[in-house]
Order: sequence, then structure tokens, then C-alpha cells
Amino acid sequence: MRRQRGKMAAIAVGVTIALLAAAFFRLQLLSGDQYTLRSEENRLRAISLPAPRGTIYDRNGLVIAENVPGYVVSVLPGRRDTIASTLKRLAGHLDLSRERVDELIATNRARPNESLEVLDDASFAQVTFIEERRPQFRRVVVEPRPQRRYPNGPAVAHIIGYVGQISPLELENPRYEGYEAGRTIGKDGLEAQYEPLLAGDRGVRYVEVNALGSVVRDFDVGRGQPAMPGNDLQLGIDLELQVMADSIFPEGMRGAIVAIDPANGEVIVAYSHPTFDPNGFIGGIPTSLWNSLRDDPDKPMLNRVSTATYPPGSTWKLVMSTIGMKTQTLTIDTRHQHACAGSLRYGNRAFRCWKSSGHGSLDLSGAIKNSCNVYFYQVGQGIGLDPLMAGVEALGFGERTGIDLPFEMAGRFPQSRDYFDQQYGPRGWTESVVWNLSIGQGENDQTMLGMARFYAALATGESPVRPHFARYENLAEQRVDWDLDLPEARRIELVDAMARVVNEPGGTAYGNRLQKWTLAGKTGTAQNPHGAPHSVFLGFAPAYDPRVVVAAIVEQGHPDGRPSLAVPLASRIVNRYLESIGIPPEETPGQRPVVAAPAGVVVTAPEVISP
Amino acid sequence: MNWDRRIPGLGDLRLLALMLFMTALGMAMIYSAGQVEVRSVATGIWVRQFAWFCVGAVAFVVTSRLPLRFLEWLAPALYGLSLGLLVLVLFIGTGPQGSWLELGPGRLQPAEVAKFGTILMLARVLSAKELEFQNLSQLVRPVVIVLVPFALVLLQPDLGSAIIFGVILIAALFWAGVPLVKIFLLVSPAFSLLLGFNWIVWGIWFLIVAASLYVHRPFILESVSVILANFAAGALTLRLWNSLAEYQQDRLLVFMNPEVDPQGSGWHLIQSKVAIGSGGLFGQGFAAGPQKRLAFLPEQHTDFVFSVVGEELGFVGVLFFLGLFCALLWRMLRVATDSTDDFGSTLTFCLFGVLFAHLVVNLGMTVGMLPITGLPLPLISYGGSFLLLLYAGFGVVQRVAAER
Repeated sequence: MRRQRGKMAAIAVGVTIALLAAAFFRLQLLSGDQYTLRSEENRLRAISLPAPRGTIYDRNGLVIAENVPGYVVSVLPGRRDTIASTLKRLAGHLDLSRERVDELIATNRARPNESLEVLDDASFAQVTFIEERRPQFRRVVVEPRPQRRYPNGPAVAHIIGYVGQISPLELENPRYEGYEAGRTIGKDGLEAQYEPLLAGDRGVRYVEVNALGSVVRDFDVGRGQPAMPGNDLQLGIDLELQVMADSIFPEGMRGAIVAIDPANGEVIVAYSHPTFDPNGFIGGIPTSLWNSLRDDPDKPMLNRVSTATYPPGSTWKLVMSTIGMKTQTLTIDTRHQHACAGSLRYGNRAFRCWKSSGHGSLDLSGAIKNSCNVYFYQVGQGIGLDPLMAGVEALGFGERTGIDLPFEMAGRFPQSRDYFDQQYGPRGWTESVVWNLSIGQGENDQTMLGMARFYAALATGESPVRPHFARYENLAEQRVDWDLDLPEARRIELVDAMARVVNEPGGTAYGNRLQKWTLAGKTGTAQNPHGAPHSVFLGFAPAYDPRVVVAAIVEQGHPDGRPSLAVPLASRIVNRYLESIGIPPEETPGQRPVVAAPAGVVVTAPEVISP
Repeated sequence: MNWDRRIPGLGDLRLLALMLFMTALGMAMIYSAGQVEVRSVATGIWVRQFAWFCVGAVAFVVTSRLPLRFLEWLAPALYGLSLGLLVLVLFIGTGPQGSWLELGPGRLQPAEVAKFGTILMLARVLSAKELEFQNLSQLVRPVVIVLVPFALVLLQPDLGSAIIFGVILIAALFWAGVPLVKIFLLVSPAFSLLLGFNWIVWGIWFLIVAASLYVHRPFILESVSVILANFAAGALTLRLWNSLAEYQQDRLLVFMNPEVDPQGSGWHLIQSKVAIGSGGLFGQGFAAGPQKRLAFLPEQHTDFVFSVVGEELGFVGVLFFLGLFCALLWRMLRVATDSTDDFGSTLTFCLFGVLFAHLVVNLGMTVGMLPITGLPLPLISYGGSFLLLLYAGFGVVQRVAAER
């Protein structure tokens, strides 16, 4: 009996232990990899290492955007109540408001498996506080993270933009594929435009945590990946000139100035006023700051260089002259039927010149010098509405310049009669619209950048290069598919006229001529229904070997009887630029040199021995 | 009565060697279980286990020198003392389930003492006279002997120990030569209790019981009581279930799918499986298992000590341990089979049953095949009372082997 029962017991033991062994076999060998992974998920936490963004330099190697050491405080994932209590203990020391704590708890609820970023610009004192109390804050991770800083923030705010945490909406944008929540991205300006270049690749570091969620140690057995810093970006911008523009811009006024190198399209200066300090946006924009900027009637965040359009005013007269010459309705010597007597009648309506006493009889050169409206009404009349609209379109005014900056606006100019039909009804308008358009008013709004591009074409006689900030060879070669389509001699005649504007007594910009070089240009006074006229200036220098094209506008900058504010601004910037790049003074500034020096060749003046 | 014939009390040296070797391995694993990077009660507790080993060694020497007849004579007193302790612990028990008695420097789990007392008592009763087991009523005495401590530990409540009392009863009856069908009928109400959740399953079970009654043809009274007991158990199931606290229900259910509550009641099981699974073939290395080291694995020195074995020594280590247990059980079975003394043979087989049940329930729990019942792994898990019981038991087994 016992032997038999003993055998049964032995078999039972054998079978059971074999079953157990099979269970272990299944767990350890068949599903071993899966459980190894589970074990690592249990104890390893990935900590993402931010890549330092690329530095942005100006044309002379000065730093426009850089990274400075900063600290990020975050809390590792874990149970909700533990995280909530950690946050509450941190709140007092990190100056977190009750709302901010609630917000963080909500974020944690939405993404319970990611570490929670509590503060991304912790001060050294705050970091020290946490580190000194490590045992109390075992779940808290402090990591160094480079912070963006703009040493001359206000001077470059509108072009550089700013950086900030990626928003939930942006996360869904295919442009940010592979980005994770909490990541810093370029939000505006060049920071946004060149995000893929500047961003670099995040690295990852693993830490081992215990069951309570406390970090035990770094874990780096071939798992982590160092961050790859972003690429640096060099701009054609001259930071010193930006700073100068910021400091000399007329106090309390609004406006913009942009300067372009016509040879390669590089933007040398692009400044909009009033401005703001993008450094204040780093690490989250405080609501109060955001509201005050948004509600400011001066719209400090508006980029008036490329995201605002203005009536070009009299600076448009060179567009009219070009089209007039192209359509053979105008030469430099043309004198029109009606001399300027202060106004000209169209039907029963009088179109006024700015000089109520009249300019008398003028040729084109004189009309440009004196900015005579009556003359240009007749230029427009001579061209005719349809050829004018076609001519303006052929000069690229309906399109964006394609500058490497987000949110550029296109200029506005009617392209067909349908426009007027829709606007005023088929019988609601007359051919007199041409008159208004001819002096840069009416249905004519352009960006300063667009105007500068046309003046670059005027300055060089070539197809203008697409304006751009980043210094890349391929950008310097991207020219538009149009040029002035004007014989060189005709163009020089127009340049001569523009030189008279600045350099001849009586010219509208005579007070702001340069001592050493010939500045050619055209002033503008754009009528503004909201107040004093805008002051505009477009020009380039040296007139016969242009190195810089400038466009400046000061809103309401030309009150009656007062000097125009845009002209001195532009003139000073141009002067400083030519000085800084070492252009030798002309022998006879203000006059056309007998033999124009070929562009780019520095001609040494013969030594003059002073008596 | 010739216990001084050979080395006093020592009958099976291989069993002794296995016992000592496995105790040493157990202490090593308890040491490893204490190598964690958080504050843990397990740290350094292997020293206490060593102290218990010393106490156990004394108990071993003493029991191995006690003549079986003396033990047989002592059985009723020991059984009575056990029941007294079990009653006492219901009133002044400490620990998480109130199952400990504070005893000077250490604690004692009366349930462990009671297992020993009950085994001795059962062995005495079953070996007293030649039982024929023609009638289930002949089983009333052994059943009652077990049922009393069984009920008392259930009151604590200590489900694990209760199961062991059941195992002791079945083992004793099995070894006493009770026909298997009678044992089956005896335990059938327990299955009814288990299957009562589903009327269809229970119905099928009931038909099986009825069929075996028909084939076996016992006395009417017997058949009626078996049927009534099955009925009652089946009807009680849901009522009993609902009377359990939620955590107890969870504990019993969660093994079927631990992922339903990974942070709560499933935690132990998931972490144990992860620990064992991540051990792979050769393990993470002694004392180096991350699951244990970082405190993901709970109860790593007691109930889940074998998960540490799995994680740190891998499948190879697991097989080695299973092999040792096989050898240990085999030696005990041999002693039980070879003994000519009914009392000694029965108690050895009961101890064999207890050891085997602990092994199966504990390992089944660590791999997620059985619910968590909190039974320690013999000789490996930390636990003084259990080690003491085992050593006392092994002493008796040695004595049985010696008196062959």
C-alpha cells in the first residue's frame, strides 16, 4: 500500500515540479526579452537633453542671439498625489502661483508618463535651494539648459523673433514632426524661419529610479545620446547699425528703416519702431507683458519693414518715370502741356500739388527734384491706366519679395479695371484714379522692403536679388525674373535726377546730403487720413556705384512746415554704413563722376598735397 | 526503543546535507534581498535568519533525539497547546494579520506550531489502530482534529495556513490508505465552494460527485451528507465571497489578470513576473537584480524571495533550486516509505505534504499561476517560526529514519 502511495506521491511531485519549471521556462526564456524591457521601463527614465540652439551672428561676427546657462526644474513622473505634494512643497521656493500649480497638475494629468517641467529659468539660488535639500526633493530633477539671450534685443526684435515652448497646436503641425511637448522652438522671426537649422538634435540621458520614483543614479550603458548643437547662422545684418537705428529713431514716433546691399540682396539694417525686448519672452511670456504689447496702440510687435504696407507717396514717382520712359511717353526733357500752378483740374475736381504756389514749367529731372505732383499727374495721364497697371505688375509690385522672414505682406496695386468696378461700381470711377496712383496715393500700398527692392533695381540696372537675412551663397544668386527694361543711359538720367533731390540746393532732401558721397534718392510725403502725413525716403549711395539701398518711413513724420523725419534717419544710416565698410570718399560728392568706377573696384584718389 | 544504536537521531545524512545546504542558500538569498537602494526592513535581516537557524538547529537536535514513542505520547499535549496558542493569538495577536505572538526578543506564529502539533496528533490517531475506512464516519476524528485549527487560523484570517491544514489532512488520509474516492468525496464540498460562482460549472461538478457516489455506493447517510455538504458549499460561495473585504477579493482574483490593477493589487504579481522574466537564462547576477535593488519587487525577502532567485540567477538558478527541492522531497518520501513505524511514517509524509504544498503555492504565486496567499518558501524565505517548525520537523524525520 505505502509503496504504491509513495509512487503516486513521487509522480505527483515530478509532474508538478515539471509544470513549475515549464512556467519559469515560459517567463524567463520565451518572454524574457519582453520582461527585460518591462524591467527597464520600470526603472529607467529618459531625460531629454536640450540641444543648444545655433548662435546668430551679424555680418561682422557680433552676436545677435546666444545661449547662456540656465536651469530647468522638472518633476519625474509618478503617482498623482506624490507629484501634487512635491509641487506644493516647491511652490513657495520657486515662486509658483496657485494657478501655475493647478496648471502643472493638469499638464501632468494629461501626460502622466512624461516628466513635468516646472520652471525653465530657475535662478542659481533656487537651484541651490533644491540641491541643498535633496532628500526632500528626490523626485525633482534640475538640469542645465541653455537659455536664449539677445544681447541687443530691442534693436533686433522684429527680425530675430523669439523662442518659446512649443504649443499643443504647433505639436500637430507637420513642420514640427518629431518634436515633443515642452520643447523650445523659434516662435517668430528668423528664430522661426531657420528653426530646422538652429534647433539641433535633442539628446537623451537615462536615469535609474527606484520604486518610489526617486532618482538613484545616472544610467549610461550605451543608451544615452548626446545633444547635437544647432548650426550657427550668420546674417548680413550690421548689429551696430541696428543699435544706431534704435537709438536715433525719432522719439515717440512709429516707423521703420531697411537697408539692402543691392549687389547681393543682403539686408544690412531692418529696424521697426517702437520695439520690444524679446528677452522678456524667454521661458514663457508673462500674460501682463503680452497684454500690454498686444493692446499698445503703437503695436510694438508689428514688423513695419515687411509686415506693414504704406502709401509710398512721392517715392512712387520713380516708378512712374521708369514706366513712362519704357512706354515712350516720357523722356528726361519732357515738359508737359500744363505747367504747375499749384493744382491741376480733372473735370471739375482740382488735383493739388504740395506747393500751392506752383512749380512752373519743369522737365522730368526738375519734377523729380522738386517732387512736383502736377507734373506726375500728366505723366500718369500720358501712360494711361492699363499700361500703368501692366507696367507696375512687370516691376514686381504685386508680389512678396520672398524675404526669409515669416509673415511678409505683398504690396497692393490694382491689376485691372475690374478692381475699380468692384470697388466703386462700373460707373462709379473715372480715369482720374491714374492721377492719384501716379503720386503714390490711392489704391497703392507697398511695404518698405518692396520699395527698397525696386530702388535696388533702379540703383544697379540689374534684376534685383531677392532680399534676405541669412548669408548664403545661393540666396545671393536668387534674382527676380524682371529688371527695369530701360536703356542704361535712361537709367543714369533718373539717377542724376535723384542725385539732384539730395545734393542740389532746393532739392527736397538737400539738408541731408552726405559729406563724402553722393546720395541719390526720393522723398515722399504720404497722405494719411489719421493725422500728419507719413515721411518716406528711398535712396541709395554712392549714386553711381551703389553699395546700399535704403528705405525709411516715419509715420506722421512730416507735419506741415516741419522737416521730414525719414530723410535724416536714412541719411545717417547710409553714411555710417559707407564709413564702416571703408568706401573712399568721392572727389566731387553730389556730382556724377566723369568716369564711373566699375562696381567693387576701389579707386585710389591721387595724393593731394595740401598747401 | 534502541535510539542509541547509531549516531543518535540521525538516520538520513543526505537529507541533513540538503537541509543545511538549502538553508545556507536561503540565507544567501535573504542577504541579497537586503541589498536594496532604499530603506528596507530586509537589509541585514539575514543575520536574524541566522539566529533563527541557530535556534532551529537546537530544536533539530532536540527533536532528533526524542524517541518517537515519546513524541506520540506528547502529541495530545502539544496539540492542545497549539490550539490554546491559536485562540490566544486571536486576542493578543500582533502583526499585519494579528498572527504573531510577541515572545520576549522574537515573535512566534502559533499557526506554525499548530501545524506541527496537528501533524503529530493526526499521525497518532491514524496509526493507533488498523482502520478499514469502509465508512466515511471513521474519518470524523481525523477531520475534526484538523478542522479545529483550520477554523481558528481562518478566523485570523490566514488563508495560506488554512490551506496547509487542508493539505495535512489529505496527506495523512492518503498515507493512511484511505481510498482515493473517499478522499475525493471528503474534499468535494471544498470544490463546490470554489465552483459555486457559476451554476453551470457547479452543476457539472455536482453530477461528477453524484456519479462517483453511484459507482462507489457508500452508506445512505454518507451519501446524503456528501450531497448536502456540496449543496451547502455551493450555495454559500457567493455569500462568503461577498463577506470578504475588497482587498481580500482582489488578492484572490488579481492573479488571473494582474494588469487590471497594475498600481494596486496587481503590483506584487506584475513586479514578480517582471523580475523573474528579466532574469533570462543566467540572471542579472547575485545581489544585482534591478527589480529587487530598486524596490519594485515587494516582500523580496519573504513571500517573493524566489523572484529574486529568478531575477538574479536566471532559469539556470531556478532549475538548480527546483532540483534541490526535488531531492529534498524525494529523501523525505523515501524515509516515509521505508519506515516501519506507522506513526513516524505518517508524520514524515505529512511533513512532506506540507513542504510540497508550500513549494507549489509559493512558486505558483511568484509566476502568477496561483493567487497570492502569503505562504513562504521552505528553507529559503525569511521567517523564524517557519524555519523553527521545519527544523523541528526535519529532526523528527531524522529520528524516523534512524528508528527504521
